[in-house]
Amino acid sequence: MLKTSGIREKVDVCVVGAGHAGCEAALACARLGLETVIFTVSVDSIALMPCNPNIGGSSKGHLVRELDALGGEMGKNIDKTFIQSKMLNVSKGPAVHSLRAQADKAEYSRAMRKVLENQDHLTIKQAEICELLWEENTDSDDNATKKIVGVKTFTGAIYECRAVVLCTGTYLNARCLCGEAITYTGPNGLMAATHLTDSLKEMGVEMRRFKTGTPARMDRRSIDFSKMEEQFGDERVVPFSFSTNPEDVQIEQASCYLTYTNEKTHEIIRANLDRSPIYAGIIEGTGPRYCPSIEDKVVKFAEKERHQVFMEPEGLHTNEMYVGGMSSSLPEDVQLAMYRTVPGLEHCKIVRNAYAIEYDCINPRQLYPTLRFKDVEGLYSGGQLNGSSGYEEAAVQGFMAGVNAAMYLLSREQIILDRSEAYIGVLIDDLVTKENNEPYRMMTSRAEYRLLLRQDNADLRLREKGYQIGLISEEQYQSLLKKKQMIEEEIHRLKEHTVGASKENQDFLTRHNSSTLKTGSNLAELVCRPELSYEILSEIDPDRPSLPADVIEQVEIEIKYEGYIERQLRQVEQFKKMERKKIPADIDYDSVPSLRIEARQKLKSFHPMSIGQASRISGVSPADVSVLLVYLEQYNRKDKV
Amino acid sequence: MFNSDTIAAIATGMTNSGIGIIRISGIESFAVADRIFVPAKKNQKMKDAESHTIHYGFIKDGEETVDEVMVSVMRSPRSFTTEDTVEINCHGGMLVMNRILQLVIRNGARLAEPGEFTKRAFLNGRIDLSEAEAVIDVISSKNDMALKSSVGQLRGKVSEKVKELRSDIIYEIAFIESALDDPEHISLEGYPEKLLIKVNFLIEIVDNLLQSADSGRIMKEGIKTVIVGKPNAGKSSLLNILAGEEKAIVTDIAGTTRDVLEENINLHGISLNVIDTAGIRDTEDTVEKIGVERARKAALDADLIIYVVDASVPLDDNDRMILEMIRDKKSVILLNKTDLPSVIREDDLLEMAGKDAVMIRTSTKDVTGIDLFENTVKDMFFTGKINPDQEVIITNMRHKEALLHTLESLKQVKISIENQMPEDFYSIDLMSAYTSLGSIIGEEVSDDLVNEIFSKFCMGK
Repeated sequence: MLKTSGIREKVDVCVVGAGHAGCEAALACARLGLETVIFTVSVDSIALMPCNPNIGGSSKGHLVRELDALGGEMGKNIDKTFIQSKMLNVSKGPAVHSLRAQADKAEYSRAMRKVLENQDHLTIKQAEICELLWEENTDSDDNATKKIVGVKTFTGAIYECRAVVLCTGTYLNARCLCGEAITYTGPNGLMAATHLTDSLKEMGVEMRRFKTGTPARMDRRSIDFSKMEEQFGDERVVPFSFSTNPEDVQIEQASCYLTYTNEKTHEIIRANLDRSPIYAGIIEGTGPRYCPSIEDKVVKFAEKERHQVFMEPEGLHTNEMYVGGMSSSLPEDVQLAMYRTVPGLEHCKIVRNAYAIEYDCINPRQLYPTLRFKDVEGLYSGGQLNGSSGYEEAAVQGFMAGVNAAMYLLSREQIILDRSEAYIGVLIDDLVTKENNEPYRMMTSRAEYRLLLRQDNADLRLREKGYQIGLISEEQYQSLLKKKQMIEEEIHRLKEHTVGASKENQDFLTRHNSSTLKTGSNLAELVCRPELSYEILSEIDPDRPSLPADVIEQVEIEIKYEGYIERQLRQVEQFKKMERKKIPADIDYDSVPSLRIEARQKLKSFHPMSIGQASRISGVSPADVSVLLVYLEQYNRKDKV
Repeated sequence: MFNSDTIAAIATGMTNSGIGIIRISGIESFAVADRIFVPAKKNQKMKDAESHTIHYGFIKDGEETVDEVMVSVMRSPRSFTTEDTVEINCHGGMLVMNRILQLVIRNGARLAEPGEFTKRAFLNGRIDLSEAEAVIDVISSKNDMALKSSVGQLRGKVSEKVKELRSDIIYEIAFIESALDDPEHISLEGYPEKLLIKVNFLIEIVDNLLQSADSGRIMKEGIKTVIVGKPNAGKSSLLNILAGEEKAIVTDIAGTTRDVLEENINLHGISLNVIDTAGIRDTEDTVEKIGVERARKAALDADLIIYVVDASVPLDDNDRMILEMIRDKKSVILLNKTDLPSVIREDDLLEMAGKDAVMIRTSTKDVTGIDLFENTVKDMFFTGKINPDQEVIITNMRHKEALLHTLESLKQVKISIENQMPEDFYSIDLMSAYTSLGSIIGEEVSDDLVNEIFSKFCMGK
């Protein structure tokens, strides 16, 4: 039994963990006026980046921009602390352009801590939460049998509250493995949280064990960069946040360096596989396939002669370099030998060894898409605890969990983003609906409506929602409305503006290798031609209004890809129809005739919120969905009687 | 997923009756009708027609007239489904109904799911609550049946081909997607050119599959017709004549055909799935024995049995055995080898076969009597004496619809490559093609792509 120190406080929300999820959750709650406490095992580890030193990347960049549009902090924070930035995939379609920035890790953490420290209604508390306090729930509207009433710290202090957001990351019963050496700590040697798992299990929460890993950090003075390719940032940097002034991010940037493994590296790894905790069977957790350790890459892709290695600075005020692409859990001596086979790393000195980390997380299918535990009123969960991986994935979940905890306390409607509205919606829907046996990473291929979910239009898609939630100011909202109007007007103008087959126009087209006009056309049709652009057309469009760059960007994309965009919009319409059909919480699947047994079992254990969600559960066939639809109609009509 | 939410199906049974009805329901109903229906009254459009009116005219496939029909128009909410509905009353022949339904589908409707009209009627409040469970039963039982026949009726080779196509397509998607997710590790330099070659190749295969769907070779479709008879009666020669090519080996040696040969034959537009069997006789030869056993089994399942009798040899116990076997079946007796001196009295044979028996004198050597035979079969079909399996026809149409969608998607990929669209656009249409093909073999997409990406391509970090 834990002691009680006698301290007893009353607050609105408790956020457990101050990583990327916890920070967003706490800020959202506090900004909505709720008295919020954020707990962390170490105040010095607020917004820590224990793995790669960057924010964003393919599809993750989308998440950050969406978060920013809704009123989150991550985008602003990286804009303040980045040291290099790139827009990825620029040679491809606009839907897959994605921002990625190298962060100064220490600065990132410090800047976020400053924001938290100065946020009204928010208190930071260094303490390990050991127990969740709950009561039987007698008046739930959705069959939750329990209700959260507070949390208890290791020292016995009790914080009474009606909502808790769990953002424990990789700290629950964490252990780190470096070959045969095992330490029972969280990332970076920080204290693990060893009590909360038991409390969760007592509440009936199903736990699982995942694993991830990180490569070594090296002393930059020991690296010979002349043997590597230097990699620069973009000449013109695009900020993550829609509220950052683009001029503020045009800074002098740091470089990264590219080198490669070789046959010798692979030989050393193969010869020592028996000493890898994974291959020796010491690791129980399931690791992610998308960021395999170098051991995994060598074994699974044996035909590849070399693998890329990216040397990335951890910050401007440190000599540590992150060895991207070579995470490992091999023993220290093997690591050193293996790293030293890589060109430029022949004399490298390791500051921190690579290691694998194992931790407890929950099966996220116990959550509603609001990120609340189905069985516990007031208990929300976000981030790596939900079985995801990555700072960005964590941040957006923390934000949504925090917002919904706040909505609950404010007696307002819960906020769910669906798959057609945001990558955030795809991420959360995948987590709470699909079978997932590894840490979940966002990928652009997971979004079926990605032409609509672009990073460039995240503000147009989500600012209004952020405004309704109360995290976007009136001023920001008004400027969004103005932007929307300018886009609409300009598209309209281009479609109406006819272009005749005058000699001047035909000459212009010929000059740009574009076929000449046979009949009259309009500017919009010309924008569609792959060889022409809005910019090029200025020559034959002298009356165009002067518009901001972000408006022109939207106009051009919407015209150029109109056919595809319309097709996806039609698909979205179909999709929404099914999402809107809600399944009552008290439905008794046993009384639905003709459901196949497998479907019945799955539906009973999941309790999907809508027909749409039900249809995405594996094991539920289209015929089952039809049966369910008819049953619901019957149910609704009986209700009316 | 299909864009159209307008559905169509044959509302009357799929038998040859006097009149057949093709029902179309949904927002696009009138537009679909206007694309294929030319009313006798000039310039009349179904979209402008008043509710509950009926119109005389012709269904046209381009210039060609398919049938003379009556089209009734029912506007929402005054119809069975409460949606805009068009019913095409056509001639009741299987072929005609089939052809019109296909036209409807090509022009913007999709084939209704089993029980879908009823489902819509219920969901739109048209059917009484007490009938809900019946509706559920219809949906689930019809779906079960459709699923079984969808996969079960597919010829082994076809389903293999579809699987191959899918695995080719998902590989390309996974490659594109892994490059998008990890652009620093995987490059798409020079890829569009390679993909174009691949897509052209895929288009060709799907085209071929579609053609075989037209000729019925994709499914075990058609009237199950079994040719039986004693060894060396000329069964294989008959098959070759009907097929118009050498399918079976024909020799003078009795017992040459030792197994069951299967061929799809189009007889004046009627699809026959003809099974040539080993000659039936008491035999000690093990291999031949198995063949004989299979022949019996095939005959048991048959919709139509063609019994070929060698007129130049006397009837014996084997004939009596066969006649016993076909007694309750629809059958045609061919008195073959009439080019040789006959030793069989037709009356004797007819007497043994029963009063309903149809007998035709033929010579597979001189090819006489074959026309009469073909016409006889045709008449039996049109008068409803023999019927093909409905479910099979529907399934075939569903497969064809899926193949058409696949083809369209692949062509769209080609257009995107030719227009130099960015690579991420290719995977959108490749994915549609993959999904459409999946519906043929009853597989859904789920997490195929993510798994393929991780298993085939080395992602970084």
